[in-house]
Amino acid sequence: MKITISPKAVAKDVLKDASMKKQKEMMAEHFDRLADAGHTGAKVASTFVPGNLNELIMCFDLVNNLPEVNAIQSGMRRQSGAYVMEAEKAGHSEDVCTYVKSDIGMMAKGNIGPNGRKLPSPDVLLLSYTGCFTFMKWFELLREQFKCETIFLQTPYMADGTVTPNMVAYMVKQLKEDVIPKLERVSGVKFDIDRLREYLKKSAQAEDDLVYILQSARNKPSPIDAYFGGIYYIGPIFGAFRGTDDAIDYYRFLRQEVDQRIAAGLGPVTPDGPMEKEKYRLVVEGPPNYTNFRQFWKMFYEEGAVVVASSYTKVGGTYDFGFRHDPSRPLETLAEYCLGVYTNRSLPMRIDMLAAYVEEYEADGLLINSIKSCNSFSAGQLLIMREVEKRTGKPAAFIETDLVDPRYFSAANVKNRLESYFQMVEQKRGGAAKGVAA
Amino acid sequence: MSAPSTGDIVARCQDLYEDLDFTAARQWKEAKKGRKVIGFMPVYIPREIIHAAGMLPLGILGGGDQLEVIHGDAYYQSYICRIPRSTIELGVTGRLDFVDGMLFPSICDVIRNLSGMWKVMFPRVYSRYFDVPQTYEDEIGGTFYVGEMTELRRDLEEIGGRKITDKALRGSIDVYNKNRRLIRRLYEARAQRPWQMPAWEVYLVVRAGMVLPVEAHSEIIEQYIAAALAEDKPVRDNSRVVLSGLFCEQPPLNLIKSLELSGCYVVDDDLLLVTRWLIGDVPLDGDPIYNLAQAFLHHSESTAAKYEPDQEEKGRYLVRAVKRTGAEGVIFTSPSFCDPALLDRPMLQSVLKSAGIPFIAFKYAENSGQMQPIREQAGTFADSIKLWSAA
Ligand code: SF4
Ligand code: SF4
Repeated sequence: MKITISPKAVAKDVLKDASMKKQKEMMAEHFDRLADAGHTGAKVASTFVPGNLNELIMCFDLVNNLPEVNAIQSGMRRQSGAYVMEAEKAGHSEDVCTYVKSDIGMMAKGNIGPNGRKLPSPDVLLLSYTGCFTFMKWFELLREQFKCETIFLQTPYMADGTVTPNMVAYMVKQLKEDVIPKLERVSGVKFDIDRLREYLKKSAQAEDDLVYILQSARNKPSPIDAYFGGIYYIGPIFGAFRGTDDAIDYYRFLRQEVDQRIAAGLGPVTPDGPMEKEKYRLVVEGPPNYTNFRQFWKMFYEEGAVVVASSYTKVGGTYDFGFRHDPSRPLETLAEYCLGVYTNRSLPMRIDMLAAYVEEYEADGLLINSIKSCNSFSAGQLLIMREVEKRTGKPAAFIETDLVDPRYFSAANVKNRLESYFQMVEQKRGGAAKGVAA
Repeated sequence: MSAPSTGDIVARCQDLYEDLDFTAARQWKEAKKGRKVIGFMPVYIPREIIHAAGMLPLGILGGGDQLEVIHGDAYYQSYICRIPRSTIELGVTGRLDFVDGMLFPSICDVIRNLSGMWKVMFPRVYSRYFDVPQTYEDEIGGTFYVGEMTELRRDLEEIGGRKITDKALRGSIDVYNKNRRLIRRLYEARAQRPWQMPAWEVYLVVRAGMVLPVEAHSEIIEQYIAAALAEDKPVRDNSRVVLSGLFCEQPPLNLIKSLELSGCYVVDDDLLLVTRWLIGDVPLDGDPIYNLAQAFLHHSESTAAKYEPDQEEKGRYLVRAVKRTGAEGVIFTSPSFCDPALLDRPMLQSVLKSAGIPFIAFKYAENSGQMQPIREQAGTFADSIKLWSAA
């Protein structure tokens, strides 16, 4: 199909897409709710994206504040560099996770949120300890600062690729005997399990649409970019909206838009308009770089590379293998949700998942973006790369950046590596074609 | 036969330390048909269960500064600590080919991911990530931990082809209680007379317990304490320091020596914590697994790999260690890129600051060769401590 309208015009139209407008409004309202908490008397819970128990938090009328999302926002607004330096000046090591340092630096500099207003101090830290060791220290650091109630919910690691009854029982016990009573105490709201069920029902509805959207990348061309675009798509469900009507609406709109793009044979929407020709289909492992997010993305779409599946869009929940929040087993389902997030999956599970993505999404190969300061993702990625390459026979490549520390984003390096990778893919294709011809 | 001197004992321990082929453990295994060896990494494993299975728990602590890492570097980016890559090197080069199982305790994301790598790279070897509770209520974390230990017990029963009885477990707890008591005695003796027991010697003596059967190790410690206290060594005008942050990747022996050469007496440290993780004796009566769980929950050491539920208690253990040992300062020395140690450090430092305890910090790698900067820093620190206390 030949597209005759100019990409810029489409971009403008797309900018007005219902889903995008909806998401913007949702985020603005959310940050206002947070900033207004001081006047409205709303209580605030800080928690993490992996293992985010938004439905439970809402049962206590608490507003969900996510330090990781704040760090991402700081990265996107190019403020994280200064924040990281501020934290390092205060004695934090240059070696550790830059999310933590961005958060700490941001607090030191007045704790100003993306809407330019001060973020509130949390009333409770709900440490959902899922898939990353840094979380534990991060919340100890926050507790030192805010001196508020800290609740620890431990998610056992899925080391053997299975969820054992001991794991679920442990989590449910923590929820019943520790997490819920403490949340009741902090919020003054009595726990109502039926309210939780209602939220969970809504979560599952939005999750169905999210999976549909992510799996739409099986189409050729893919109507979405499942990494750069995917980061926007996961925002509401990984953040403060899972279990709300807003999330249901957002994913419904998005699904409709994706359907329209599929019907029109269109590729993903990029900041420069729709991608015209899909040349490469990639699976990406690892978080993105946020300080140069646009520039990073551009290096892909300029070359006609679209990401058809990514592991990062599973950090706040892995839904594409069938898991949905189940209102009939409210506490168990929360436990299983936490257990299943990507970072809580063993390395062999990660390999299986990525190799399966390469096959299912008919990708040209795997690209790993290794984050300098994130051990949870980075340790073992070179083995992941080799194994996926071995199993799929498709080429893999490795680039290195950081999440929110601009010092570790070298555009020239990344671009070089990407270019050689695309050449490798071409060669492989050429080789395969020759093989067929011979 | 006359009692061995510290020189003899330390020389034997140094041989064990330097032997990257683990000959002693191999010999133990070969001495009797059917014997099994279970490797484990830092920071803590209930070795009693392995011992009760009739197996040898073998501490795997990376390759130190003598191992040439050729393959391991291909598995790790430059911004990840050294211990996983040298451990992989040990595996890939066949140095661990006699090991029947590997345990990867919950300490950090690197070791956690290494547990999965081991499964992929050495699929025929039993490998298990050993999770521990980070919540300390008996009914919650305790129950979970009993479950984890029970699974480990079952796995080892399968590998060993025999039941691990409660009686055997109690017997093992007994020998480890004795070992822990001796190590504590050693640490206390060193804190009192650090000039008699140089830190590098104490390290080697304790480290021997990573490769020897516990009974033989206890004997060595007893001999060393007796020999060290019997020898007369000159007292130097050193400053007394506690070391913090060395609980996983091991510092080069030269680093420990350098600290003493630069004017510091090490009176406490967090090296090889597995040997004294549990504080006090684990009771011998009742359910042994339950007793081990109770000891873990309520009577165990603090370290960065563990969650501290009580803000008031955060870092206090370090202040207590300083008081208990009469130390004058703390040296934070941890491996580069070590998340737990480095993320914890600022919190510990602020506790020390409020307690008026001086400290310095630097990083190392297990294969660091250049000791001059460390010597200078530690020397300046030792001097300044003296100046402060004189003022
Ligand atoms: S997963 Fe990585 S980036 Fe996220 S908090 Fe943990 S260490 Fe930091
Ligand atoms: S040295 Fe630190 S980061 Fe490395 S494996 Fe050990 S605890 Fe983990």
